[in-house]
Parts: sequence; C-alpha cells; structure tokens
Amino acid sequence: MPAGARGASGPALELRGIEKRFGTVYANRAISMVVGRGSVHGLIGENGAGKSTLMNIVYGFQSADAGEILVNGRAVVIGAPEAAIAAGIGMVHQHFMLVETFTAVENAVLGVEGGLQLAGGLARARRELARLAGEYGLEVPLETPVAELTVGLRQRVEILKALYRRADILILDEPTAVLTPGEATALFGILRRLRSEGKAVILVTHKLREIMAITDRVTVMRQGAIVGEFVTRETSVGALAEKMMGRAVGGPLEKPPVRPGATRLAVRDLEVRDGQGVVRVRRVSFDLRAGEIVGLAGVSGNGQTELLGALAGMLVPSKGTISLGGRELVAAKVGPRERRRLGLAHVPEDRLGMGVVAGFSAAANAILGYHDRPRYTRGPLLRMAVIREECIQKMAVHDVRPAAPDLRITAFSGGNQQKLVLAREMDGEPSVLLVGQPTRGVDIGAIEFIHRRLVALRDAGKAILVVSVELEEILGLADRILVMNGGEIVGEVARGEATEAQLGLWMAGVSGEGRG
Amino acid sequence: MSRPAALPRWAEWGLLPLINLGVALALAGGVVAVLGESPWVAVKLLVAGAFGSQEGIGYTLYYATNFIFTGLAVAVAYQAGLFNIGVEGQAYVGGLGVGLVALGWGEAHPLLVLPLAMLAGALGGAAWAWLPAWLQARRGSHIVITTIMFNFLASALVTYLLVNVLIKPGQQSPETREFGPGAMMPAMHEVLGAGGIAFAASPWNIAFGLALMAAVAVWVLIWRTRWGYAWRVAGENPTAAVYAGIAPARVIIGSMVISGALAGGLGLNELLGSQHRILIDFPGGAGFVGIAVALMGRNHPAGIIAAAVLFGGLYQGGAQLSFDLPRINRDMVVVIQGLVILICGALGDIFHAPLLAMLHLGGRVRRSATG
Repeated sequence: MPAGARGASGPALELRGIEKRFGTVYANRAISMVVGRGSVHGLIGENGAGKSTLMNIVYGFQSADAGEILVNGRAVVIGAPEAAIAAGIGMVHQHFMLVETFTAVENAVLGVEGGLQLAGGLARARRELARLAGEYGLEVPLETPVAELTVGLRQRVEILKALYRRADILILDEPTAVLTPGEATALFGILRRLRSEGKAVILVTHKLREIMAITDRVTVMRQGAIVGEFVTRETSVGALAEKMMGRAVGGPLEKPPVRPGATRLAVRDLEVRDGQGVVRVRRVSFDLRAGEIVGLAGVSGNGQTELLGALAGMLVPSKGTISLGGRELVAAKVGPRERRRLGLAHVPEDRLGMGVVAGFSAAANAILGYHDRPRYTRGPLLRMAVIREECIQKMAVHDVRPAAPDLRITAFSGGNQQKLVLAREMDGEPSVLLVGQPTRGVDIGAIEFIHRRLVALRDAGKAILVVSVELEEILGLADRILVMNGGEIVGEVARGEATEAQLGLWMAGVSGEGRG
Repeated sequence: MSRPAALPRWAEWGLLPLINLGVALALAGGVVAVLGESPWVAVKLLVAGAFGSQEGIGYTLYYATNFIFTGLAVAVAYQAGLFNIGVEGQAYVGGLGVGLVALGWGEAHPLLVLPLAMLAGALGGAAWAWLPAWLQARRGSHIVITTIMFNFLASALVTYLLVNVLIKPGQQSPETREFGPGAMMPAMHEVLGAGGIAFAASPWNIAFGLALMAAVAVWVLIWRTRWGYAWRVAGENPTAAVYAGIAPARVIIGSMVISGALAGGLGLNELLGSQHRILIDFPGGAGFVGIAVALMGRNHPAGIIAAAVLFGGLYQGGAQLSFDLPRINRDMVVVIQGLVILICGALGDIFHAPLLAMLHLGGRVRRSATG
C-alpha cells in the first residue's frame, strides 16, 4: 500500500535525467528536479514546453525513454497510474476525473472500495474523508452528487480523493483555469495547509502571478528542457517570463483611446437552450459598436460558449433578437454561412474542435467557411494555386511560422494555428469579429502579437467581442467589460473603472450594483 | 490519443498495405498447410491463375471493375464521414435500371443505348442511396442501419420483379431474356483485336475503362471541388463543418447520391459486359468487398484501383486454386479471401503503431550515428 513520508529520508520526489521523445522531437530532455517535502513547487513553461509530458511521466500515463524517479529517496518504477498512486503520488487534472452522478464519498472510494460489500468501505471512507476535510480545510458536502457541486468544490473532491489514496505528493495541473479569483484564493489556502502538513505540492501553471503568490521554488521549462530554477521570493515575474520565452517581454499593451462608432451588433433579450432544453443564456442584451472591443468575462461554463454559438448562428436561440448592421438574424433564420457574408467573422473558442480541420493542410484550413467565395472557385472547381498563394500571403502578414501552406495544421503550434484562424476570419473584411479565448493554448510570444492585432483591428473600425476566461486578458484588451454568470450578464463596467475585485465578485455570482 | 500519429506517405501507402497483405497470405498459407497442401504451391497457383495468362488477367480485371465501382462508392461516402453499407443494394437497383434500359432499347444503336444505360444505372443506385440519406438528414435514422436494411429491400424488390414480372416466359430460372445486340458492352479482347492486338477472350470489357474514368472523376470531385471540400470537412470534423456554414443535410444527401450512382456502375460491367441478362443476385457481394477495397485503398481512388485489382486477382486466382487443388474447395477460397479482407480491411491499421515505432527506431540510430 501507499508509501508515506514515514520517516524515509530524501526529498519527496526527485527526477533524474528524464528523457522522452516523440518522433524526432524531444518533449523532455535531461530533466532533473527535486521537490522537497512540505513545499509548493511551481512548474511553468509555455505551451508545448513539456510540462504536461513530464507530469504524465511522473503519474504513469506515459513512460520515459530514460531517467529515474525517486520517491522519498527510493527509486520507483511507474508504469501506470496505479503504481504512481501506490508510491504516494496524486494528481488533480485540469479536466476532473469524477463520476458526476456519484457523491464525493463514492468518487473517493472508486477503485479502492475495500471488499465486496460496499457498505463497510463507504462508512470507513466517510469517516476518513471527514477527518481529512477537517485537517486540510477541504469542506465539501460529502453526500451530494458531484454534478450538483460548483467547479471549485469538485476540485476539492479531487484533492480529497488523492489524499484518501494517501498521496504525499500532489500534482495540480492548471488548477485555477476553471476557478473564480475568489475560489483560487481559497485553493491557495488549502495548498498552504497541505504544505504545512508536510505534503509536497507541484503546481503546473502558466500564470506567473500564481507562482509568485504560492510557491516556494519554481522550475522553468522551455522546449523540453529545464532552463531555470529559482527560489520564488528571490525572483520576479519579469525574470520568469523572460526565462520562459527565452527573450525579454514587451511592456503592457498600448492602446489609443477608444472612439466607438455606430452600433454593429445589437443583442436583445437573448435566451439560448442546450440540447437538453436547459437554459444556458438568459435575458442577455448588449450592443457592440464599431471601433470598440467589448470583453465578456466569466468563469468557464457560464453560458459564454452558448452565447457565442448563438451569435455565430450555430445555435438557434429560443428567445430574443440579434441584429447585425440593422438586419435581424434570428427570426430570419440566417445561418453561419450567410452571417459570414453579412460581415460577421468568428474565431471560435475551441480551435481544434471547431476552428480548424486537424487532418487538413494549412492552406485548406485557411479557406474554411470561405471555400465557396468566387475568388477561390471556378465553377465547382477550387482554384488550388490561388488558395495556396493567398495562404502564403496570410502567413506573411500574420507572422505564421513556418510559412508552409502544405503542412498539416496540427504540425503548427497553437499560437500559429490561432494566427492563421485570425487571418482567415479577417479575410472577408468583416465589420464584426467574435473572438473566443483568443489566446487559449497560445504561447506568450504569440499572445502579444494576437493582442496587438486585435487592437489594430479595433482602431480600423471593427466591432470586436472578446470572450475570455483570463481576467488579465479582458482587463488588458477590452474597452468595456461585461461579466457573465449563470447565463446572465451580471455586470458591466468601462475599462478604466474596472477593478479585479469587483469583476471577481460578479464572476462568482455575488451581485453588487451590477447593471440595471 | 485519438488519432494515430502520421506515418510517412510511402509507409502509409506502400509498406503498410504490403505488410497487411503479407500477414494475410501467411495466415492463409497456414490454413492451406493444415489442409495438407503446400502453401507455396497454393500461392504459386493463385498468382499464376490471376496474373499468369491473358485469360487470367482478363478475368482478374473483369472482377476488379466491379470492385473499383463499389470501392469508389464506399470511399465517397466515407470521405463525408458516412459508412455506406448499402452499396450492394444500390448496385442491385442500379443494375436493375441498366437492365431495364437494355431490355427496352436493346435493338437500338449502342451509342444510344449505352449512355442511356449508364444514366439509368447511376439514377437507380442514386435513388436507392437517397432514401437512407434523406432519412438520416431529416429524421436522424442512422445510415449504417438503414443502408443495411435497404440491401434486403433491394434484394426482395429485384427478386419479386424477376420472379413475377421480368422473367422470360416459359422457363423456371428467374432470369430475363437476353439483351439485344445494342446493349452489349464491347469486350476488351474485341476492342484490342480491332486495334491489331491479340488478347485471349474474357469477360473483361470497356466498363473497366469507365471505372478508371470514374476513379479520376472521384479524385477531382473529392480533392478539387468545393463540394468535395465541404464533404471532407464534414467527414473529418462535423463541428467545424457547422461552424463553416456547411449544411450537414446537404453533405449527407449529396455524397450518398454520388456514392449510390457509382455503385450503379457495377451493372454496366456485370450485366452489359458479361451476363447480358438480369439474374438473381448479380452483384454477388461485390458491394461488401467494396468496403474492404476502400479500406485497403485508404479511400483514395489510386489505392482503390490497386486494391480492386488485388481482390480481382484473389477471386480469379482463388477459382483456379479450387480447380487445381482438390483439397481446397470453394469454401476454403472464401476463407482465404475473408482473411485478406479481415487483415487488410477491418484490421488495416493493426500494424500502424509497430511500424511507427520501428521507423522511429531507425531515426534514433541515424541520429546517434551523426551525433
């Protein structure tokens, strides 16, 4: 059964010379790091830097080509998650691994029921979980189905589950991505408790401020290798960012003052239901004017996706109106294709799931949604040479690297994919641009470029709606901020007047003055 | 990982199918050995029977013509993300159309009858595919289920017509009378003979050329037109298709109608080229072999032609095998063909991962040699 701290010597976790290669690319190269007991260790790096691969190796999802893993100074072989759990390693994934119809107790005992008869094991588990919850400040309703819990509480169930399996080393992968600022603060409180109880916590994140707030040490990865290791209080956000990117970071985004023009998109009393008939968006009304960026903030899953879908014409609203340049779209049943023709462009939230076709080349992806435009076609035939040529042009203008139109889209980094999608959506000279999670899965270098590009488009008179779960991004980009919670817009504030605290309260559903 | 990592093209298109074929033949050889025959002799007989004589080649290509049409039919639907199991039934109904034209206008000039028969075959197949497509697009009935059912419906329909309506008066066997001279697809040995090239007689006819033209047309359609583009988007990523404003219903109906029309091509080869009458079960399972052909040919027209010739060879060589080796009867030949379908078609990707690993091993060796 699990190995505890039980008086063993050595650091909680030590990695020696871990190597992992996919094809000719090193995902991890000569990784050695030490995580001490009773510490929170940050692991940061851009997308594709190899953080996830490394953690997957530690947790047994993948096996390393070379190298050693030592737990409490003892070499262990981790071929599968079961072995990792037995060695006292627990992992909280970004996407929770919980059975939604089960309670916290049932989820915790899943796989470790302890005997054929469930009742005895459940009773034991209940006592043990209550004890753990008290010890670490992880209060959750133990007997409520997980589906009824908030995201923050589900995350606590995941942590409890790991502790119940006697994890002494806890890996958290981007744990705050789905949390409100308030929930994130509470999580950090829990992590501090875990630290003081002697647990080792590895925090994988790309948010530098979290690293500064909670970790004791921080390891920086770039291109599969460790490029720096710091004692957190002896370093700075700037220094870490520079290490991550391998170059100095530009200053804050510069924006000329906003000069909003005519209303381009007007949404009134919109209601959207999902496939099960559950209302996901209710009573949403707002205007989007030429020359402004409106930021839609909110915790993931509060109706932003459905709102975007309805605006783009992919979902049919159950109530309300959307008018684009004065033309009503909902009652007239104007679909995505016609909306594009009317000047509505859409950079979707889920790039790989919706914005590109994974098996297609960059050039083929660069016409998605525009493939029947006259300049790409001659009768039913596609003008392949023109398509390829225009893709090369787009790649040059939008700094897509490598500038290889025939390369499969999945061979490009997330940032370069996103730049190509943005280039494509700008192609039809739209008047309104919907952008979902503009920099999700995009490396820092590309984030700057995409942000500058969006501001330039705003200044060129486009009306832009940016939906993002990254509050910093909203604060940096938007001229006006709307906050969504539970499918409704619960707050609106101009850029200069926005405070993170107020936005956080709105995101959490705590109503302040809001808007009328 | 949902999608296997990509192999280099030469491995994906050349090496992998060859490995599959090799394994299938080795297994078949095992079966032959168990029966007490020499696998080596059996393979030699099989290959010689299929490719060793002009007559053998003629028969091989005649069978291959059916498989090209049905393989293309399966591939077109597959590119749009649809699994058309109903090619057999579509070929049956399409062939009925071909046959009806041949019966009705068989005395007219071939240049009139043959285009008309082609049109009727395409329309019949397309109609039989359109119904399940419409049911999927409008009512959400799953196309795999409905096309399977439509195979049975086609079989019942043609049997009924043959037994009760089209049967040649005064005979027991449910067949129509022979087509008129205008409704004969010219045989290849006659065409070649007219050009001064002597070739042994076989049912190989100019429908083979039509099949090759259909393959080129399918390539253009799928990879060079905006319709094919829309179908491929819908096939690869249905969500992206909706995002791009591609209507799923139009993709389903459009691709299935073309798929069915291609299936109708089988009647040209089988009825006008060889049987010269409509008879019970003339598709003979070619619609199902088409699934294996499309899978093995990676749903690409060039691959489909190669796979169709291979399967044509298996049919022809297999017949030769059962003729020459008494211990290997027709059923054993079906087993051998089944093994090839199983390994090359259904389990076509089974050696993907090992091959990928092997090629990367090669990469490591190369790197350490240079570094």
